[in-house]
Amino acid sequence: MKYIPDGLRRLWHRMGSPRWFYETTGSWVPWLAASAALLLGVGTVWGLAYAPPDYLQGDSFRIIYIHVPAAYLAQAGYMLMAVCGVVLLVWRMKLADMVMATVAPVGAAFTFLALATGSIWGKPTWGTYWIWDARITSVLILLFLYLGIMGLRRAIERPEAAGRACAILAIVGVINIPIIKYSVDWWMTLHQPATFSVTSAPAMPPVMWIPLLLNVLGFNLLFAVSVIQGTRTEVLLRERRTRWVTDLCRQERA
Amino acid sequence: MSHAVLDIRDLRCERDDRELFADFDLRLEAAQALQLRGPNGAGKTTLLRCIAGMHPEYEGSIRLLGVPVSGDQLLFVGHRPGISGLLSAADNLRWHLDLAGWRGSGGVVSAALERVGLIGYEEVPCQQLSAGQQRRVALARLALPTAEVPLWLLDEPFTALDDAGLQLVSGLMAQRLAGGGAILFTTHQPAPDLPGLSTRWIGAAS
Amino acid sequence: MRASPGSEASLWVLFRGQLRRDLKLAFGQPSELANPLAFFVVVITLFPLGVSPEPGVLAGMAPGVLWIAALLATLLGLEALFRRDRDDGTLEQMVLRAQPLYLPVVARMLAHWMVTGLPLTLLAPVLGGMLNLAPEARLPLMLGLALGTPVLVLLGGVGAALTVGLRTGGVLLALLVLPLFVPVLILGVSAAELAGSGLDPTGPLLWLAAGTSFAITTVPFAIAAALRIGVETG
Repeated sequence: MKYIPDGLRRLWHRMGSPRWFYETTGSWVPWLAASAALLLGVGTVWGLAYAPPDYLQGDSFRIIYIHVPAAYLAQAGYMLMAVCGVVLLVWRMKLADMVMATVAPVGAAFTFLALATGSIWGKPTWGTYWIWDARITSVLILLFLYLGIMGLRRAIERPEAAGRACAILAIVGVINIPIIKYSVDWWMTLHQPATFSVTSAPAMPPVMWIPLLLNVLGFNLLFAVSVIQGTRTEVLLRERRTRWVTDLCRQERA
Repeated sequence: MSHAVLDIRDLRCERDDRELFADFDLRLEAAQALQLRGPNGAGKTTLLRCIAGMHPEYEGSIRLLGVPVSGDQLLFVGHRPGISGLLSAADNLRWHLDLAGWRGSGGVVSAALERVGLIGYEEVPCQQLSAGQQRRVALARLALPTAEVPLWLLDEPFTALDDAGLQLVSGLMAQRLAGGGAILFTTHQPAPDLPGLSTRWIGAAS
Repeated sequence: MRASPGSEASLWVLFRGQLRRDLKLAFGQPSELANPLAFFVVVITLFPLGVSPEPGVLAGMAPGVLWIAALLATLLGLEALFRRDRDDGTLEQMVLRAQPLYLPVVARMLAHWMVTGLPLTLLAPVLGGMLNLAPEARLPLMLGLALGTPVLVLLGGVGAALTVGLRTGGVLLALLVLPLFVPVLILGVSAAELAGSGLDPTGPLLWLAAGTSFAITTVPFAIAAALRIGVETG
């Protein structure tokens, strides 16, 4: 750490303080929430009502406006947990553990959303709600990984130990995710050589991809605001016996 | 060597949301023994586990010979014996030697077992021994050459022992003190007669 | 006479000592040794009864059934992997004293594999025969199990170490490790299936070999870190 400039190191230490996080992010939440609502509103209405139907799938393709951002955030959430896990194990930063604890249920919710929309999409595309498609199978396994982390955190009583245990599991899991993904893709090529793929479709016109872009941004903000708000709650819960939190509670009550 | 064997400064330690220590200092020199006394739940065991690195939720500094504690510099005998009931006494002790990377002759195992009075029981699985005999197997670790480390942490070393066993353990402790080691131990019994022994009460004030 | 810590010979002493102890412990309880194997055979027997005794149907599903049964049998042996050591305090002595902890962990996992994965591998062709598995698929099946079960044992070891201090370990352990077993399952089954349909199974077997090498070098660190958490609390 001695090669890092002093200013950066101070910022790093301050960022590690749960109190600093709580006090700094308080004013962000309404702005983030409002922007997320705006982007999602415009993107979703545009995508569902005004974008032209797909040349092959007709109107059913419109579910990508929900499905794609959800599936992307499901994976990004797991990565974020693993990064927090490394920060926790290496620098013992408690805030990283609080973020990790919050990301797990949020990420699992997005994973579930991706699975549900994928399954609904399957009905008009393949004629059935569930098909062992490579992508859907990978997302299902990702959901199991999330449930494992949530189960482990719940089972271990001491929050400090639970955090480090989950960090180890998240790191092992994140190394496995690409391996799982490629093995499942490869398994599909063995069992079902030719299947419909979105990537082989011609490039989308702007009227189709701009609402998708808006929704991707909106979902990102929604994810961020959920994680920030969840982490704020987690900070208060874990620091409930410290002076600054009891003072804060007294002020709120007054 | 100006460093104390064990030097604890400003220790603050919590367990289950309860503060056990605050501003706790402790210094132990070579050839000194310190007996920790105090009511149940005062944190005697937690203190030993903090020193051994098995209770990470503390603030403050714990140093062994001036550096952070390393597991090969101390010997820890806890509530759990560290002895596998399915293996014989000799196998258990051999494993303890291997753990420390001991390369000398295995003759030290029978020497240690002889010291604790278990000759004739070397190859019996430990779970078939009586509670007192099992306790002696655990304490035979103190008589192994790998026990010649700067610091011993003994949690209730005298429980389940008869008078002869008590004599035996205090003899081993005296021997280690004479060899320049330091010993930190907890007990509810009156202190045995050891050179350089002092007593520290924990949790009595509150 | 005490070896200087970290010298080659004392590292070997550490490894060998742990391996010898764990093998003695395993062979000290023949029933626990036999249980996962018996489980493996019983599960295999259920499939002809539950699905179909038709030789053609059995041959088609044999690789998958054998692999899933092996997976579950491995899982069965995992819960006790560190629990007894934790209860009698030998685990905390190992975590405290062994330097580096990596070595006894590798020895522990090797011993566990020798009494679970290895017998499963040796037994698999016999059961494959009972399920009418194509003769040319038997060797790839065995090779796949020989290369894949070490990964299962190691990944399972992470789960076992993470849940060692918990009262409700069993079901949680399955949830933690089964998703991680997926690539091994896919590669192992493919090797047997490819060989069964007259194709070259080398590809998936090489991938399994790569996975095993990677797992042996990295996963014990995760197990060691998890065990350190497991011996805290007391």
